[in-house]
Amino acid sequence: MELLQSILPYLISGISVGGQYALIAIGYTMVYGILRLINFAHGDVFMVAGLVMVYLAGSMPLYFAIPLMIIITVALGFIIERVAYKPLRTAPRMSVMISAIGVSYLIQNLALYITGGLNKNYPAIPWISDRITVFGMETSRVTIITPFLTVILVVALVLLINHTKIGMAMRAVSKDFETAQLMGIKINNVISMTFIIGTFLAAIGSMLFFTNFIGVVPTSGAMPGLKAFVAAVFGGIGSIPGAVIGAFIIGICESIIKGLDTVLMVNGSITEQVGFATFSDAFTFALLIIVLVFKPTGLFGEKTTDKV
Amino acid sequence: MLLEKKQNNRKNIISLIAVALFLVVVLILDQVILPTNKMSMLLTVLQKGSVYALAAVSMNLLNGFTGLFSLGHAGFMLLGAYTYAIFTIPNAVRDTVYMYYDAAIRFSLPEVLRNSMGSLGTVLGVIIAVLLAGLVAAFFAWLIGLPVLKLKSDYLAIATLGFAEIIRAVFQWGKLGPVTNGSNLLKSFERISTFKLTVGATTIKLSTFVPVLIAVVCIALIVLLVNSTYGRAFKSIRDDEVAAEAMGINLAKHKMISFVTSSFFAGVSGATMAMVLGIAQANNFKSNMTYEILLMVVLGGIGSISGSVIGSVLFVAASEWWLRGLDSGVFLGINAPGIFRNGFRLVVFSVIIMIVVLFFRKGIMGDRELPEQLGKLWKKIRGLFAKKVKSEEVADHE
Repeated sequence: MELLQSILPYLISGISVGGQYALIAIGYTMVYGILRLINFAHGDVFMVAGLVMVYLAGSMPLYFAIPLMIIITVALGFIIERVAYKPLRTAPRMSVMISAIGVSYLIQNLALYITGGLNKNYPAIPWISDRITVFGMETSRVTIITPFLTVILVVALVLLINHTKIGMAMRAVSKDFETAQLMGIKINNVISMTFIIGTFLAAIGSMLFFTNFIGVVPTSGAMPGLKAFVAAVFGGIGSIPGAVIGAFIIGICESIIKGLDTVLMVNGSITEQVGFATFSDAFTFALLIIVLVFKPTGLFGEKTTDKV
Repeated sequence: MLLEKKQNNRKNIISLIAVALFLVVVLILDQVILPTNKMSMLLTVLQKGSVYALAAVSMNLLNGFTGLFSLGHAGFMLLGAYTYAIFTIPNAVRDTVYMYYDAAIRFSLPEVLRNSMGSLGTVLGVIIAVLLAGLVAAFFAWLIGLPVLKLKSDYLAIATLGFAEIIRAVFQWGKLGPVTNGSNLLKSFERISTFKLTVGATTIKLSTFVPVLIAVVCIALIVLLVNSTYGRAFKSIRDDEVAAEAMGINLAKHKMISFVTSSFFAGVSGATMAMVLGIAQANNFKSNMTYEILLMVVLGGIGSISGSVIGSVLFVAASEWWLRGLDSGVFLGINAPGIFRNGFRLVVFSVIIMIVVLFFRKGIMGDRELPEQLGKLWKKIRGLFAKKVKSEEVADHE
């Protein structure tokens, strides 16, 4: 019981972080499913959403700031696709990936210039950042809300993809790019729509993520971005439920590893700090490599065969 | 055939002479330019430029010549930098460097060898430490390569990126503190500002010469590798894996050779970086460093060794020297402290890089090399003169 009591806070915060990763991971997995591109800039778009919120909240009431932040972020995602990826549609995959890395570099440097590299405090959003007590532990309300909100958004997204025209177009494009084009699908619109959905979810995710953190710095998007990508690979890239499940697993594992020292000390297995927390990031990547080596298509990925 | 061989010989001799001349010029610059001089930036650019040039060329060997898109370079450079630093910290200061830990390794290669062979021992010790740095990086590359090299394109990229992050985390782990100093930095080891040669009464400064020499030697080795049968095998793997396998090329073996060699030189460049900066800290070797090196390769042209060198020297010169003004208020005589403040340099810089990536996809050199381009230019100039002489002759006859 004591052990459970000591693990519980980490478990709850892990589920919450997992939900936030899930919202970012969907952007990765959808873009990869259609363009076969690791959108390295996605994590930085997530960071920009945080920064925009900081600046907007300083000059206007929150009920204006939040929708405006989402619109600006979505516009950024749309512009990135049009400017940096669309011209390279016929280029080799490596060029597009390099372009994505270049965009990520540009966004980080731009953010560094605008903020002066200082930590920007994220505004407190009423209600969701209130402190509440659950199961005898104190946390902010956002921790509890995140998993539910994530599941609602994901269900909505899956319905959109399975039951609307644009969703059908997306599925067609991800199956076969060229044939879909021949069937009269306007490929550029579909790709733009993918980026819009992805960045929209990242904007929501950033709101939930940064509420629990001290602030936003230009590099704060890089790590969550990479982890969300790992989650997408873990669940089988291209599959939305896979990405969400992968993200929850990674979030929970990471959070428990962060607290493993404390938990084991309560348990009595170890008597001094081992420093497992250092490996909370490394664990994610170790998991990635294990998955890639033993099941490259992930948990729910489709098997593909290369034709010569 | 014979003629071609002769021409190749002549080309090689010309290249050798050019490189030797360059080294002599660097050695002279090292003596002439004082640290207080404005031109001392040139030395900094040469030092850091050679570090990054080697890193970029070794990455190009993998990405440009073998077609393996790997993003683990920062990790291998970290291994090199730490190996070099750990084995060259003098015993006397080891305890002040490892402030919070009880240092596990208690000898310094240059010091041990200095005691037995005099000043030559220092040089030998540094050389051995640099080689060791490369070997450690190569060994880890071999370990990592066993599972990872089977993966294709972007999966390989993300897996190697992950490995670099794991290495960084391991090096910052408190339990390894006695070896790696945990998350604290390593310092006080042999660095370039202490590299001097004393002949009689005169001292010759080598602080720029050494990193440049290391880079030149290593890049020359990579050029030899690329032009060998192995190099041709690498290129065939890049162009078409299936066809290469059908022609009897052992994919696993050649990919591994390329990966391990590239990581060896990445380790050496990491050691050189530690030498130049005078510190080694795991936190500096983030994935952003890999991205920067990749952008240098792209700037110079993927698949061109001289391109990578030019790209990285330009990158370093622009960010350390030419665009400095963008950060400090005055640029090209325009005084606008409001816009030209900290960080603007990097913004301008990344915009330039995006333009190259989007509109000049081949970079500066494409997949051509500088010597052959210069050779072509020389022939063109000579052709121009030859024609002129001929037409004059014709005019005379009439």
